[in-house]
Amino acid sequence: MTRGRAWLTKVLPPIVPLVAAVVIVELLVPREGYSIVPRPSAVARAFAAEDLWPAAWQTALASVVGFALSAAVGILIAVALSSSRWVQRMFYPYAVLFQTVPIIAIAPMLVIWVGFGLPTVITSAFIVSVFPVIANAVSGLLSTDPALLDLFRLYGAGSVTSLLKLRLPFALPSILTGLRIAAGLSVIGAIVGEFITGGGLGSIIDAARTQQRVDKAFAALLLGSALGIALFGVVNLVSHLTLKHWHASEKAE
Amino acid sequence: MTDHLGTTDATTESPPAPAPAAAAAVGVELRGVRRVFEDGGVVAVESIDLSIAPGAFAAILGPSGSGKSTLLRMIAGLDRPTSGTVAVSETARVAYVFQDAHLLPWRNVLRNVALPLELSGEAKSERRDRAMSAIEQVGLTDAITRYPAQLSGGMRMRVSLARALVTEPELLLLDEPFAALDEITRQHLDDQLRALWTQRRMTVLFVTHSIIEAAFLADRAIVLTRRPARVVIDHKLDLPAERTPALRTDAHFAREMRVLFDALQRGEQSP
Repeated sequence: MTRGRAWLTKVLPPIVPLVAAVVIVELLVPREGYSIVPRPSAVARAFAAEDLWPAAWQTALASVVGFALSAAVGILIAVALSSSRWVQRMFYPYAVLFQTVPIIAIAPMLVIWVGFGLPTVITSAFIVSVFPVIANAVSGLLSTDPALLDLFRLYGAGSVTSLLKLRLPFALPSILTGLRIAAGLSVIGAIVGEFITGGGLGSIIDAARTQQRVDKAFAALLLGSALGIALFGVVNLVSHLTLKHWHASEKAE
Repeated sequence: MTDHLGTTDATTESPPAPAPAAAAAVGVELRGVRRVFEDGGVVAVESIDLSIAPGAFAAILGPSGSGKSTLLRMIAGLDRPTSGTVAVSETARVAYVFQDAHLLPWRNVLRNVALPLELSGEAKSERRDRAMSAIEQVGLTDAITRYPAQLSGGMRMRVSLARALVTEPELLLLDEPFAALDEITRQHLDDQLRALWTQRRMTVLFVTHSIIEAAFLADRAIVLTRRPARVVIDHKLDLPAERTPALRTDAHFAREMRVLFDALQRGEQSP
């Protein structure tokens, strides 16, 4: 019963304007000739294009690998940065600087450095998504409860034990926040990489643009966001499973 | 000149009763302890001499923001005096209870209580048994699989207490442990702590700003001034060894509280 009510109050409201918008666009856009806005029915048909799904798969692969690299490398860098105040003072400004580098501008350079193809796409996804992981993990690792650090010292725990049993678990909510942001960004990074080096949804969108296939571009775009949402959903699931005991609200007794 | 020397003091008052199944207790010696914080040059503690006998239950009473916590941290070895010496037996098992429970939210009650044993490398089977017995001492056996978020404030504090007891400490340091709890829960935990001490006879140093709590729990109350902390009085409480809830309304108890209150007020006014 509560489930039915949740559906009514949470799921239904955002669907109403979506359906309305789709219907209005469908009715307004003329059936014949070229239009800058595609008819939703045309977009739906474009999903049948046979090159679309392999391309989506390719982009998914690059995004997931890029995201995984961001998670692993980002957390490692954060551990290093939070290990000493001096390391942090020396390198953290560069981590911030790194974030402000426009990916569109360095993507062509990546082709020179990494070569054409998947490695460049993965690198692009990684570069775009790593900073939020670093920033959130650093702030999480530096906010460990000082009383608990004292407690660990009192019982003779070394720095590795404190890291694994206290600081990292304590930083987990922050790390997961970083990963949530990184999930969407890694897909964006992958598609930007594909614009430059080719392959995946990036290529599909680029080709559809030159062929004035707005419907197909929209179909690719929707698949791209579905990918981002799927990655985000996985992080949310992990977050729910790992943090379920932290807050009383997550538990219904 | 800061060392945890092997000095123990057995010259002053001995524990009032023979200790059944008692753990060893250690004494604490402070000589001319002074602590100045580098940033801002705040003097938190000013030349304190204290001698706490093994097995004593001493309350350290002082206004909020006096150097009570700093003093306790130095005794625990978590902080070092700027000058003077803090001497606790080097091999002493020391446990520390904070103002709030400070549990690990991702661990259930059992694993929170077993944490100190885990950190000091005890065998797994040993850990479980000892944690269970510590949990039993604070009356939380039914809650071992629950997580901190599912417990009330009083229960969390009891878990924190069990975590301190699990190593069978010879010196138990408590820093305003029950200050955040409601009056009833707090009195209940005070009773429980006193009962545990009567059983185990470890040395207990209890920091508080509550006169009633200090008088009810301790055999000796050390009243400090406001910052920088100095000793106003070091008072042996003339109260029966068995502290019943009825004692709180006893005239004799009120007199002892008066002594502490006056000392606290003198400490407030001191420059």
